Amino acid sequence: MSAHHVLPMKTYTTVFITLLFLTAFTVAVAQVDFGMFNAFIAMAVASVKAALVGMYFMHLKYDDKINTACLLSGFFFLIVMFAFIAVDAGSRAVEMSTL
Amino acid sequence: MSDSSSPSNKHHHAHHFDSAEHEFDASKFGIWVFLCTEILMFGGLFVGYIFYSGKYPEIFEAGSQFLDWKLGAINTAVLLLSSFTIAISIRNIQMKQKKAAMRNMIITLVCGLVFMGIKYKEYTHKFHQGIYPGKYFNYQPHGAEHSSKDANSHGESKGEHGKVEHMDSLPENIALYFSFYFVMTGIHGTHVIIGMGLILWCLIRTRNDEFGPEYYTPLEGAALFWHLVDLVWIYLFPLLYLI
Repeated sequence: MSAHHVLPMKTYTTVFITLLFLTAFTVAVAQVDFGMFNAFIAMAVASVKAALVGMYFMHLKYDDKINTACLLSGFFFLIVMFAFIAVDAGSRAVEMSTL
Repeated sequence: MSDSSSPSNKHHHAHHFDSAEHEFDASKFGIWVFLCTEILMFGGLFVGYIFYSGKYPEIFEAGSQFLDWKLGAINTAVLLLSSFTIAISIRNIQMKQKKAAMRNMIITLVCGLVFMGIKYKEYTHKFHQGIYPGKYFNYQPHGAEHSSKDANSHGESKGEHGKVEHMDSLPENIALYFSFYFVMTGIHGTHVIIGMGLILWCLIRTRNDEFGPEYYTPLEGAALFWHLVDLVWIYLFPLLYLI
């Protein structure tokens, strides 16, 4: 049964080294200014790292897919929340802070 | 399962489950539902952070100058190592390597302590400068210990960005940034402490021979929680320290 699937040690080690490499990469890239793409690059690298942790350390790749669905449903509703807030922020009349 | 040959502390699945496998999968799904709520909780803070940093970019730019990305990067590596070792400890349990499993759990706990130690250092340094969340913010750049590592590490051109000018050029309401900083890292740090408690509990149960290849559900749940704490930090680190 998939739940008790024992992964080879090599898989864990490779994932761990890749994660460290990606951390070094994101720090190195942050020293260069890509303007508005800075945030996008940093979040993209973070998402790759998150996917690696989820798939291998949290065994999602080998699990019943309902666990992945559960995780992704959280992200889905976050995107919904973010979308509504973006629409709100983008459609507001210009206001001047009184502070 | 022959009861005579199994130790007294052997786990038996509850009667409303078909099998131990069924119980394991159901328990794990329960943990995942909980992790989903955790993502929604942290996600709300992330969305708030992104909204306000889009509205007041100068506040967030100035605020992040106070953080030392080196400490953040070290903490990232420490948490990744701890995630790696707790994943390995499950593998050890699956392969009946009790000693190795316990050793890896202890490494995970030590990593948690290192993480919290670095956080303590960062926090006390900011408190010393009068950097508190919200209305308690009272930054005193002329204070005694004002040759701060945090502020200086970014001001390579010290000549033109002297500390006094640096203070003068701080945007109003910069406390907004530190409210986000303290709430987000504070809730995350609380999760690290809770996760360490759970892993310590699993360590004790492992020592008591309660876990084996047939039953290690609590360790699986604690490890999943620990990985989630790592996941949150994976996003927090670039958001707070790098962008």
